[in-house]
Amino acid sequence: MLGLRELSAEEIGYILDTAVGFEQVSTRSVKKAPPLRGKVVVNLFFEDSTRTRNSFALAANRLSADIIEFTKKTSSVSKGETLLDTARNLEAMGIDIVVVRHNAGGASRFLSRNVNACVVNAGDGFCEHPTQGLLDVYTIRKIKGTLEGLKIAIVGDVAHSRVARSDMWAMTKLGAEVTFVGPPTLMPAQAERLPVKVSYCLDEVIEKVDVINMLRIQFERLGGNPFPSIREYSHYFGLTAERMKRAKGNILVMHPGPINRGLEIESEVADGRNSVILEQVTNGLAVRMAVLFLVNQAAAQRVD
Amino acid sequence: MHSGLLIKNGRLIDPANGIDKKCDVSIVEGIIAEVREEIADSGRQGRNFTVIDAAGKLVVPGLIDIHVHFREPGDEEEETIASGSAAAVAAGFTSVVCMPNTNPVIENETDVEYVHRKARQARKTHVYTMGAITKGLEGVELAEMGFMAQAGAVGFTDDGCGVQDPAVMLRALKYATMFDVVIAEHCQDDRIAGKGVMNAGYQSTILGLPGIDSLAEEAMLWRDIQLIKKAKVRYHAQHISTGGSVELVRAAKNDGLPLTCEVAPHHLLLTEDCCGEYDTNFKVNPPLRGQEDVDALRQAVADGLVDALASDHAPHLQSEKELEFLAAPFGIASLECALGLYVKALIEPGILDWPALIHLMTEKPAKVIGIDKGTLGIGKQADVTIIDPNAEYKIDVSTFRSKSRNCPYHGWTVKGKVDKTIVGGEIRFEA
Repeated sequence: MLGLRELSAEEIGYILDTAVGFEQVSTRSVKKAPPLRGKVVVNLFFEDSTRTRNSFALAANRLSADIIEFTKKTSSVSKGETLLDTARNLEAMGIDIVVVRHNAGGASRFLSRNVNACVVNAGDGFCEHPTQGLLDVYTIRKIKGTLEGLKIAIVGDVAHSRVARSDMWAMTKLGAEVTFVGPPTLMPAQAERLPVKVSYCLDEVIEKVDVINMLRIQFERLGGNPFPSIREYSHYFGLTAERMKRAKGNILVMHPGPINRGLEIESEVADGRNSVILEQVTNGLAVRMAVLFLVNQAAAQRVD
Repeated sequence: MHSGLLIKNGRLIDPANGIDKKCDVSIVEGIIAEVREEIADSGRQGRNFTVIDAAGKLVVPGLIDIHVHFREPGDEEEETIASGSAAAVAAGFTSVVCMPNTNPVIENETDVEYVHRKARQARKTHVYTMGAITKGLEGVELAEMGFMAQAGAVGFTDDGCGVQDPAVMLRALKYATMFDVVIAEHCQDDRIAGKGVMNAGYQSTILGLPGIDSLAEEAMLWRDIQLIKKAKVRYHAQHISTGGSVELVRAAKNDGLPLTCEVAPHHLLLTEDCCGEYDTNFKVNPPLRGQEDVDALRQAVADGLVDALASDHAPHLQSEKELEFLAAPFGIASLECALGLYVKALIEPGILDWPALIHLMTEKPAKVIGIDKGTLGIGKQADVTIIDPNAEYKIDVSTFRSKSRNCPYHGWTVKGKVDKTIVGGEIRFEA
């Protein structure tokens, strides 16, 4: 599971359907199912993460896998072990699934080429964050029934966002019309060649969309000074209560977290009746259980 | 004492002298002695004369590559002057120009002499070096260009990076007008390039990798063109990679400015799409661009705007390239298969014929750096390459004399095989 770009609509649909089955595991009194019993999952995180790492850990737990936490603040390169050596060492310990988060685009693909264990991408640079993309479309599908024909805005720092990319692939494959919204300085190169519309004006887009996904301003990734001030950014691209007044009444407000309250989204909106931000987190667990389950199943078939 | 050589029956291509016909060449004491349609070998036997039958082959001036990285001193595990020189002669190159971004940087006459001494010990190809424009390639203080020129440096560059500060570059260009040297630039404005690792475009967007906009190159090239209007010195744009750069070169040449440029094989053959699988062997700087840039560069060659084909041979260890794309070093090792690559990029599509290709690999690059090489004129030092133009072979990195294997062309089938390489009248390579 490296990215959503290479998956078909059917494959994405199959993962989502599988996740539906796992959703109820979390509501039982005994929150555990046996399919990964005896399997070892390693959480290999080279970047800060709370939500995704915990979500994967919990998902692995609920599937009865053993989980190893491997967190490294800095990625290899300058000092110490290379990514490849780290992975080979882990593999020598007999792991089955590597969940990897890394600051380099393609890191998970690189790993999967070089280790036998299954690799699950938990975010690589600004390339993809497939489980986030899956949980986003899962959440939308659950509430709206389908993505077919929906208009979806993804707002903010698209250039540095793996979430935007994974969302784009999943949402467009499932039939939604996606618009990237943000200042030109935060749009990726040749965005016009992507299967999305691009807008620099949130006010023009807000009235038309069924779903709005507010990306986090990732201060750690922003190079230079892509917008003059937070104040000016919020003025043009912040999801304010004022702006929400012009949105459709049943618009879904999403955010991959963690939220910069008052910056890309006002608290009133983040906590408001249209917000599904916490549902996203809940659904993330079911989706990640489905991914781990299916990856393990695929590996078993590969051995057979 | 040198032995004599007589090369018979080959198709002799000497663009500098306008020759392209079946011709024999005799070499005495390391010097081109005779070039005639028929030189009898009678009477030469027994006088330490070797006769080479070059029937069906091209006999051309020794090839020249004005842009290689031999990594010595400092990174001898990647390449040495000896291993690089062995690779060079195996690829038909009788002269190469090393870049000064070694460790330490080549920035004074002692460093220059060190390169020359290592080359003499290797005794394979002629090895020239450029010196740094600025001390430590830091872009701040001028390096001792005069002393380096006296020691034999053939030009100056901060290759690996461009000279960022326009005032420093203007000072370097002005200062260099004292000497008959070329100032070469790796055109890249670092403020635009940022932390990019590949071309900024559709692929970088899809792959989620930071991009280097073509403007990074073009902005600096444009700036330098303005500067050489103020300080008239020979200026050479290294490895240009974009259609925009081609247009800047075209305009500058039309204006009569003393500007030359080179193109690397990868920019004539590969596009950013090659990076799709994050294969770090395609990570190179300037980065692989779009198909329209490849087309523009090929057109530039066809239009005679390009003065030299230069490999930018940049060897790296496998362990360095076995990193995430973001972290791996830039560079492609291609010296050893360069000729075949140029044939594929330029001859096979009908852009150049053999004489025109040889011109871009001999006399023209020699003129860029101002050395008396690249021709088979009578009395010239006998650097000769014999090529089998129709021999096909598969590029196999495991056969490289170069110490490095970071070559994305592994497995390609190319045409144009070097049969013999003669340096100063001595056969230094035989297939």
